[in-house]
Amino acid sequence: MTGAPLTAAALLAAALATVGIGVYGIRLSRTTSDFLVASRSIGPQWNAAAISGEYLSAASFLGVAGLIAKYGADALWYPVGFTAGYLGLLLFVAAPLRRSGAYTVPDFAEFRLGSARLRKVAMLVVVVICVFYLVPQYQGAGLALKTLLGLPVWVGPVAVGAIVIVNVVGGGMRSITFVQAFQYWLKLTAVAVPALALLALFLGDAATLSGPMPPTVQQQTTVTVETDVVVQVAEPAGITVTGDVDGARLDGARFPAPGQYTLSHGTTLTLAAGAATPVVAGAPSSGDDWLSSGRGLGGSHPLYQVISIIVATFLGTMGLPHVLVRFYTNPDGTAARRTALAVIALLSLFYLFPVLLGVFARQFVPQLLITGTADAAVLLLPSVAIGGGMGAVPSPVVSLAPVLAALVAAGAIAAFLATSSGLLVSIAGALSTDVLRGRVRDFRVAAAVGGMVPIPMALLASSLELSRSVGLVFAVAASTLCPLLVLGIWWRGLTSIGAACGLVVGGLASGAATTLAVVGGVDDRVLGGWPAVVVGYPAAVTVPLAFLTMVVVSLLTAGSRPPEVARIFARMHVPERLGMGIERLPRE
Amino acid sequence: MTRPQRERVVLAKRRGARVIRTRVEVQEQTEVGDALVRGLMRAQLGLALRLAVVTVCAVALIPLALSLFPQLDDVSVAGIRLNWLILAALVYPVLYGAGRLYVRLAEQGERDFVRVVDGDR
Repeated sequence: MTGAPLTAAALLAAALATVGIGVYGIRLSRTTSDFLVASRSIGPQWNAAAISGEYLSAASFLGVAGLIAKYGADALWYPVGFTAGYLGLLLFVAAPLRRSGAYTVPDFAEFRLGSARLRKVAMLVVVVICVFYLVPQYQGAGLALKTLLGLPVWVGPVAVGAIVIVNVVGGGMRSITFVQAFQYWLKLTAVAVPALALLALFLGDAATLSGPMPPTVQQQTTVTVETDVVVQVAEPAGITVTGDVDGARLDGARFPAPGQYTLSHGTTLTLAAGAATPVVAGAPSSGDDWLSSGRGLGGSHPLYQVISIIVATFLGTMGLPHVLVRFYTNPDGTAARRTALAVIALLSLFYLFPVLLGVFARQFVPQLLITGTADAAVLLLPSVAIGGGMGAVPSPVVSLAPVLAALVAAGAIAAFLATSSGLLVSIAGALSTDVLRGRVRDFRVAAAVGGMVPIPMALLASSLELSRSVGLVFAVAASTLCPLLVLGIWWRGLTSIGAACGLVVGGLASGAATTLAVVGGVDDRVLGGWPAVVVGYPAAVTVPLAFLTMVVVSLLTAGSRPPEVARIFARMHVPERLGMGIERLPRE
Repeated sequence: MTRPQRERVVLAKRRGARVIRTRVEVQEQTEVGDALVRGLMRAQLGLALRLAVVTVCAVALIPLALSLFPQLDDVSVAGIRLNWLILAALVYPVLYGAGRLYVRLAEQGERDFVRVVDGDR
């Protein structure tokens, strides 16, 4: 692959910059408060950049474009929801959460409901969400290093895990803040520059994305199937197959007729220039279907899918521990609100570009739609679309292709590192203060363990598209911590038993669905497709279930409301100027 | 947490004495203080809920309208289909605008609260 040395250098540079900035921050990190909440000294501008840098994970950087290339209009709801989540956070959670003075989500649970047992339940939920979330990040890293450099799949998870553990063990929250703020701007550059370069190319290209046909390849392309896949062939002309098709051996033959075919591992397809690309079964194959809304993301009941995605992403952000913990680093509630608002602006800017890249991927690298590895689209676009000598690309632009590819690679590694660091800080914060004794040494031990556990999981779990597996984690967060925070902040009637029951019910329901979906999902033909779609998109069912459980059980146990509830509410809602705030810190 | 009830020691009647009294009322959760806090909460929650409902209605109308009137899919502006234009670009300013409005009104609500408590006009 041309430009591989340059790409490798860019990856290395991004990783080194991450470690370097982290080391700079380590000199500032001494106390437990530095490690957990950066001593509550981060202003809205820095914090918003850090939150965005941390939040824009592999799912946003690679996954969104891949989903849009594959499914079209309905996949646009993912970036919209990922942004709208911060509006929910701003409206219902940001300021009171900061004013509570807690330092982790479990600490908030204990502050609000005065139950050490609830604190333990909340701690478990935090760790589960973070580990579920780390797995797709590590998988994304494996995919990226494999796509870019041809390295074995296990290298990515191990490399990212090692860098993140070193960084978090070293400096905790203080140093991570600088690293993440830097990574937002790196990611924005890495996604914006190729998108704008391709926009020029796209506008000069006469081809259109609508019409009854799937996208066509513009030059002869060979695709090797790596995992068994069912494809929809709309137009067999120009496609030759070598390998096992529907269990029968074909050797350089054509597909006999349009229809669905199962391609086994190792099959190669050769597409002549202008041939219509087969697409993974379930994805819209014609351009018109792809452009119109309401077709869903494969499977049945598309409107339910969209509603469930909206519920999960709009509410899930409120329950992401690694995002919430960053709001504790603000000096006060007003700064927390302004931070959330600034995050909405930064994310809105960012998500314009993955959407563009998704459209371009369908136009320029449609062969990715065959194998289902659409997540690699962003990584491959610059070298294939610009460097491939396509159409009327002037030669000075062609020579830029390796540079763009290297830039995208750097952005991708930044995405894995930033999100993984944030998740690991949350795991370490929760484990060290609730299981261990809350000293700086405990934080380091917890970080090392928490960073290693997801590595084997990432290698074993079958991978959904990155955005979909992250969407499932959002569903878990929306069904557990979101109701705990929203009801805890606004409803005096919540009891610790009610909260614990809600966490358990919501967590089990959404966690079971997520596990099933990751393991392979439910057959689409059972009971009209409803079990399959609920397992694939659980939020619209599990979120109301969790809220309902918390409310009903709390009403039944109304006698056990904490006695201090009036003072607690005053502390959460009264502005700091009145001097009611007390900062909580782990007992040492 | 039970702290001894705070006492006010008055050497002379001064202007501003009321400030301390109301602050203490909020801090010590007397009936008046609790009512003040409940009022603040109700105002802030009402504001948040109203903005959330308006935004969700505006955003949720899109999939509903698109599934009820499939012919809307064919409307295009400057070569971009309406559904793409809305979901890929126009939604974001709406979200930011709602957030900005909330921050302004919520901060204003808090200023009003502090003014009541601190008693300057």
